[in-house]
Amino acid sequence: MKLNVNGIEHDVDVAPEMPLLWVLRDALDITGPKFGCGIAMCGACTVHVNGQPVRACVFPVSAVTGEVTTIEGLGTPDAMHAVQQAWVEEQVAQCGYCQSGQIMSAAALLASNPQPSDDDIDQAMSGNLCRCGTYPRIRAAVRAAADKLAEG
Amino acid sequence: MGKLKTITRRTLLIGSAAVAGGFAVGYWQYKRPYDNPLLADLDEGESALTPYVRIDQQGITIITPRAEMGQGVHTTLAALVAEELGVELDDVTVEHGPASKAYFNEAILEEAVPFAQTDLGRMAEGARAFTKVPAKFLGLQVTGGSSSMPDGFAKMRKAGAAARSMLLAAASERLGVGVEALSVDNGAVVAADGSRIAYVDLAAAAASQRAPNDPDLKPHSEWRLLGRSLPRVDVVGKSTGTAEFGVDIRLPGMLYATVKMNPRLGGPMFSFDADAARAMPGVKDIIALDGGVAVVATNSWYAFKAADAIVFDWGDAPYPSTSAAMLEAIGASFTDEYQDSRHRDDGDVDDALVEADVIEGEYRVPFLAHATLEPMNATALLKDGRLDVWAGTQVPTQVIKEAVAITGLDEDAIRVHTPYMGGGFGRRAEMDIVKQAISVAVAMEGTPVKTTWTREEDMTHDQYRPAAIARFRGAVADGRPVALDLQLATVSVIASQMGRLGIPAAGPDVSIVQSAWDQPYGIENYRVTGYRTPAMIPVTSWRAVGASQNGFFHEGVIDELAIAAGADPLEMRLSLMTHEPSRRVLQAVAEMSDWGGPLPANHGKGVAFVYSFGVSVAQVIEVANTSAGIRLIDVWVAADVGIALDPRNIEGQLQGGIIFGLTAAIKGEITVADGQVEQKNFNTYDGLRLRQVPGISVNVLENGSKIRGIGEPGLPPAAPALANAIYAATGQRIRELPLEKHINFV
Repeated sequence: MKLNVNGIEHDVDVAPEMPLLWVLRDALDITGPKFGCGIAMCGACTVHVNGQPVRACVFPVSAVTGEVTTIEGLGTPDAMHAVQQAWVEEQVAQCGYCQSGQIMSAAALLASNPQPSDDDIDQAMSGNLCRCGTYPRIRAAVRAAADKLAEG
Repeated sequence: MGKLKTITRRTLLIGSAAVAGGFAVGYWQYKRPYDNPLLADLDEGESALTPYVRIDQQGITIITPRAEMGQGVHTTLAALVAEELGVELDDVTVEHGPASKAYFNEAILEEAVPFAQTDLGRMAEGARAFTKVPAKFLGLQVTGGSSSMPDGFAKMRKAGAAARSMLLAAASERLGVGVEALSVDNGAVVAADGSRIAYVDLAAAAASQRAPNDPDLKPHSEWRLLGRSLPRVDVVGKSTGTAEFGVDIRLPGMLYATVKMNPRLGGPMFSFDADAARAMPGVKDIIALDGGVAVVATNSWYAFKAADAIVFDWGDAPYPSTSAAMLEAIGASFTDEYQDSRHRDDGDVDDALVEADVIEGEYRVPFLAHATLEPMNATALLKDGRLDVWAGTQVPTQVIKEAVAITGLDEDAIRVHTPYMGGGFGRRAEMDIVKQAISVAVAMEGTPVKTTWTREEDMTHDQYRPAAIARFRGAVADGRPVALDLQLATVSVIASQMGRLGIPAAGPDVSIVQSAWDQPYGIENYRVTGYRTPAMIPVTSWRAVGASQNGFFHEGVIDELAIAAGADPLEMRLSLMTHEPSRRVLQAVAEMSDWGGPLPANHGKGVAFVYSFGVSVAQVIEVANTSAGIRLIDVWVAADVGIALDPRNIEGQLQGGIIFGLTAAIKGEITVADGQVEQKNFNTYDGLRLRQVPGISVNVLENGSKIRGIGEPGLPPAAPALANAIYAATGQRIRELPLEKHINFV
C-alpha cells in the first residue's frame, strides 16, 4: 500500500492492521516517533495525520488517509520548527524519549490554537507522559513557542 | 642510589599498607592505569591522547563514558575535559565510547561505608579513600549513586589537561620554542607571534609525547565553561527526533525480536506450544530461552503478536505469591535474628522512653517499578567470531562479562556500543535484556537482531524497588524530640543486585537505613536499626535507592514529633540541625516559600529535609484541600551540591527528581497476585501528568565541602513534604504510600 510520510511517497508491504508506528519504525526506518506503551497511554508515538495528532501505536496503517508527518518532517536540526526551537531554548529534554511526542502534541495545539490558555496547554499536553519530569519546562516551551509564532 | 630507591619503595609499601590494609601487595598494580581502550580501534590518522580524548583530521572527540539517561552527564563530563583542553563544546563531538575497565567508577563504593557523608573525620575519609582500591580492581564502568560528578570532577579535567600538555609539547618541538612561550585557545596552540596550529594538525605528534601523571588544573576563578549553564550536547537531537536511543538502532538486514518470559519472575518454563505463532505473518524463528522464549520476526509488531499466540506452561514463582504476603514477611523481620545494622545509637533510647509519653506508629511503602519510557531493548550481532552489542546500559563492562559467559568468545572479540537511554533510574544496571539479546544473536548467527520488550513485559519483569516498613517510638519535651527509636525493615537491594552481577557483597546493607541513620539532626537519644528481610521477588536500585523510602519514613516521623511537641516543623528542624550546609538549605527554603506567612483557607504547607548522596535538600510543598481533592499549588526546593558545575541542568534534575518522587508518593504501587505483577501498563501504573504538576522553584547552594551529584537527591524529600503538607491542610496523617489510597487528588 502507499503511504505518504513527510512528503515522500512510500510503498509498504505490511499487514493492514499493523499500527502506523511499526510501519514507520521498522519498515521505513523513521525512528523519531517512539514506542512507549502500545495502548495510547503515553503519547511517545504521537505523529500528525493530515495535521491532526494521533497515537501511531494504535492507529492501523490501513486507516491512514492523507499525509503523515513525524518529528523528522516537522523540522530538522538545521531548520527547526518554532516549537523545536523553543524546546532547545528552554533546554527541555532530559532523557528525551518522550519529547518527539511532546513536540508533536504541542505543534498540533499551536496550529489549531495559536494563543492557548494555561488550561488549554494542560488539556492538550496531559496525554503525553514524561517520566523524567520535564513538565515545568514543557509548559514554558509551549508558551515561548506560541509567542515566537505570534511574532512570525 | 639503587639501594636507596629500594628502601624508599619498601617504606612506601609499608606506609600504604597501613592505609590500604590487605591491598598493599597490589599497590603497584593499583597505581598502574588500565590500558587506553581507544588505541585498539584507532583508524589511520587518528590519535587517542588519553582514554577521554580522540583526535583525527575531522576534529576532536571527547569520550564521556557514563550512561546518558537524562541527567545531562555527557554535557557536564565533556565540559570538564573541554575546560582544560581549551576547546568549545560546540566544536567537539561527544560520545560515550567503548566499554572498558579504564572507565571504572572510583566513587561508586563511597556510599557503602558506614560513615555519614557529613562526617569528614580521618576515619571516615580514610575508609572512603580505601574504597577506591576495590573499585579499581572491580573495574566496574557503572553509572549510578549520583557518583558521576564526584568520580569525574578531577579525573576528566586531568584528562583534558594531560591532552593539552601533550599538544603543547608537540607544538614546542615543531616550533623549536619552549612550552612557556605557547598558549592554547579554542582548539589550537598559539605562539607568541599569534600564529596558530590547530590541535588536529598536532595530534599525531602529540600522541608520542609522554602523558603527565598529575597535570596542573586551572583554578576555579579561570573557568570559562564550568559553573555556567551550557546548552546540552544532546538537546538538538532530542528535540528533532534524531538522537539515537538503543531502540532506534538500525542495521542492514536486521530482524526484530521480543521475548515472553515466565510472568512469575525467575520461575521455570515447563513447555510451550508455538505452532500457531510459527505460522503467523513475518515470523522467522522461535527460540527457547531459560524461563521463556524469544520470537524473531521481520517487524517488532509481528513478533509481539506471535508471542501473544504462544501457549505456555509456566512453573511457580520462587517467592511468596502475593505482595500482601511479602509485606507480612517484611513486618515479621523486626527481630534480632534479622537485624542488619545499627549505625546510629546515641544516648539511651530504651531508658528515655520508659518514663515518657510515647508517640509511636508504623509507616509503609509498596514495591515500585522503574517504568523507563523506553522499554528494555538491546541489539546484537554475532558474525565471524565477533560479537557487537548495542545496549542502553548503566554497566557496559558487565555486558562484556555476560557476553563472554554466553558466547565463550574472548573479551577482545566483543564490542559494546552504548547509545542514549530513554530513562534509567537504576533499571539499566540490570543485565536481563542484554543476556536475552545475546542469546538471540547466538541463535541467529550472522544476522543482527534487535530485541524489544513490550510495555507489559517491561512492567511485569522489572526488578523492583522493594516494599518497606518503618516502626517508630519517640518522645518530646520542651518543644523538641528527646528520644527517637526508628526501625526499618526491607529486602536487601545490594544483595539482590550484586548477586545477579556475580559480585560478592558482605556485611550490612547500608541502603536499608540510607538517609535515616545519617541525618544531621542532634537528638539526645536517637537509634536507627536496619532489619534485612530474606530475599523474595528480585529488587534493585531505584532512583535514590534506600533514601526513596527512608526519606518518607524519617521526615514523616520528625514531623509527627514536631506536632506532638507543639513546635513549628521547620523551626524545630533548624534547632536540631548539626550540619551547617544543611541548616542553610532549610533557611533558604523557608525564605523562598515565605514559611510562616499567611495562607489561603484550606491551604497547608509541609516541609521535609533529607540528606542523601552527600547533598542537603530541603523542600516545602503547598497544597489546597478542595472539594475535588488535594491540589498541588507550589513546590520550593533548596539543595547544596558543593560545586554547581551547570546550574540550569541541576535545576532540571531537582525538578525531575521531585516529580519522580511525587509520582511515586501519589500513585506508585506494584502489587503481586499469583506470583505475577498485576500492573501491566501505564493505565494502571501511571505517572503524574502536566496538568497535575505545579511550578517548582529551585535554589542551588554551594556551601558543602565536596562536589556532589544531583540525579537522585531531589527525590527523597518530595513524598514527606507532600504528606506533611496534607497533614497541615487536612489534619490527616498518612503513613502509607501511595497517598492516593487514602485521599483524593485533583
